[in-house]
Amino acid sequence: MNGPLSPNSWQYRGLNAVNPGLDHLSNGLIDLVKAGHNVMAGSADLQYSNGLNRFAAAYPDRYISFGISEQNMVSTAAGIATCGVTPFVATFASFLALLVCEQIRMDVAYSAQPVRLVGHHTGISLGFYGTSHHATEDIAIMRSIADLAVISPADGPQLEAAIRASADYDKPIYFRIGRGRDPVVYKETPTFTFGKAHEHLKGEELTIIACGMAVHGALEAASAMNADGRSVGVIDMACIKPLDRDAILEAASRSKKIMTVEEHNVLGGLGGAVAEVLADEGIGVKLKRHGIYDEYSLIAPPTHLYAHYKLDAAGIRSVAEAFIA
Amino acid sequence: MSGSSGGTARGNSFEPTPDVVAMLKERARFVRLETIRLIEIAKTGHYTSVFSAAEIFAALYYDVMRLRRGDPKWAGRDRFTIGKGHAAVGLFPIYADLGFFPKEWLDQYTRLGSPLGDHPDMRKVPGVDFSSGSIGHALSNALGMVLAQRWTAEKDYRVFCMMGDGEMQEGQVWEAAINAAQHRARNLIAIIDRNGYQLDGRVDDLMNIEPLDEKWRAFGWEVHTVDGHDVAKVTELLRQVRADDERTRPCVIIAKTSKGRGVSYMETEPGWHLGYLDPSDAEKAIAEINALDA
Repeated sequence: MNGPLSPNSWQYRGLNAVNPGLDHLSNGLIDLVKAGHNVMAGSADLQYSNGLNRFAAAYPDRYISFGISEQNMVSTAAGIATCGVTPFVATFASFLALLVCEQIRMDVAYSAQPVRLVGHHTGISLGFYGTSHHATEDIAIMRSIADLAVISPADGPQLEAAIRASADYDKPIYFRIGRGRDPVVYKETPTFTFGKAHEHLKGEELTIIACGMAVHGALEAASAMNADGRSVGVIDMACIKPLDRDAILEAASRSKKIMTVEEHNVLGGLGGAVAEVLADEGIGVKLKRHGIYDEYSLIAPPTHLYAHYKLDAAGIRSVAEAFIA
Repeated sequence: MSGSSGGTARGNSFEPTPDVVAMLKERARFVRLETIRLIEIAKTGHYTSVFSAAEIFAALYYDVMRLRRGDPKWAGRDRFTIGKGHAAVGLFPIYADLGFFPKEWLDQYTRLGSPLGDHPDMRKVPGVDFSSGSIGHALSNALGMVLAQRWTAEKDYRVFCMMGDGEMQEGQVWEAAINAAQHRARNLIAIIDRNGYQLDGRVDDLMNIEPLDEKWRAFGWEVHTVDGHDVAKVTELLRQVRADDERTRPCVIIAKTSKGRGVSYMETEPGWHLGYLDPSDAEKAIAEINALDA
């Protein structure tokens, strides 16, 4: 090499340095080990993408590289779990939830093994990498698998809290996480309770129920609308399964309308889950399910896609204002 | 089922005594006869998939595997996973016989609410080390149990994984194979029931899997071949590979078997992969099995 490279150049292995949100995955796992929990981690050739290289560096004996064999990775993790070790295995959500769906059902959920599945770079956060790398179906698929919890944290600190809380959760879990560059919602490390939503704002005209990266935009949108004299609430439904039905019913009793926002197909995801609760209870509140409208995403950098699909703060606000107009 | 046979791994002192061989033949017969009895309850089942594996089941559970009668969750036990989960009807009688669950459960095989169905469910059936039913997962499951030895106090158990020969067509098998070699899973012992048939016909006509031994060798495994119905040879080989503490790689045994072994009209008719024997025909099958000196 002839001299130092420009600071604008980067190598793949350095990419994680700009994905601080993913540090929380390794941090959470390191905390579990330090607390005496018998956990291991594995990935399918993506340790620099999901940040598990940090865990691997801290505990090389507790990390397994599975090569590019996602199905084998999950089935092997299930075998590991039968022996009293808790495995965290991670790969892109598109591969984990779709390619490995049957192994997750058979070997993890049906077999009741407390495997922690970490689907990262979910939704359309892989932008111009294209539809093969997008996961806008994973919530729908994973939440239909019996006994599998589905967690979609809003940011890194909430992910870390959920990982810590998972130590006391004996069922399998699917963590749906972003690309590690999501804006931080929880400035201080939040608590996380399975089956409990986190209510940020109460609103009478509208309650926005969001998950994942959409929470930050929903909060900004609601705050701006409230500053303009509207009354908009926001609930972070990071725990999509088990679902906090009471939080939904309470919001429906307080607000005239409900809007869900998710980086996911509007079919079968968080919006579907909320719709089921409202329909089950015979509540006639008007519901808007916002997300990806049953289509494949365009190619673009992620932030451009979020603007295009109205999943950023301005977009969520425009959809919300049209909905309650 | 002590697995504590003497001798050195590379020596030739693993040969079972005539008494043991006679006992194992009788247990293989028991597996076949119980399979006929249980399938009579369900009115349909996989006779021939059990019959090709009966001697291997007997050797594993009554001689080679380190187990404790009545204690299916013992942490130090040898484990067994099975890709051809449809042969579970031949395993359930063994588990009941070993005191893993009450023998009365067998009488309700496949009836409403029974723990025992065509495929084994580890949540419901004590003795089932991993659920099965979707072909191609079992080797990965077994690999996980071996890798877990890195993080638990139990370092000595072996994990046996039986796969069908049709199962070799599943991609995940080869994902697991390449992983097991890479991770030097020396306590993993795979057994391929090479009975030559799958549901739609002859394996090598439908999707040729040969040269099977060369494939596994190329993937970094130690490869053995044995007559899967010669219970003395099967037992000797399994004892040897179980005891071999010099091996640094996983090991696979290709067991040459005959699908439907023990019942003449099943051995020559591949359509018996899934079937039902009328009690009058079952009588003839039972007579043949009783006359069989495997």
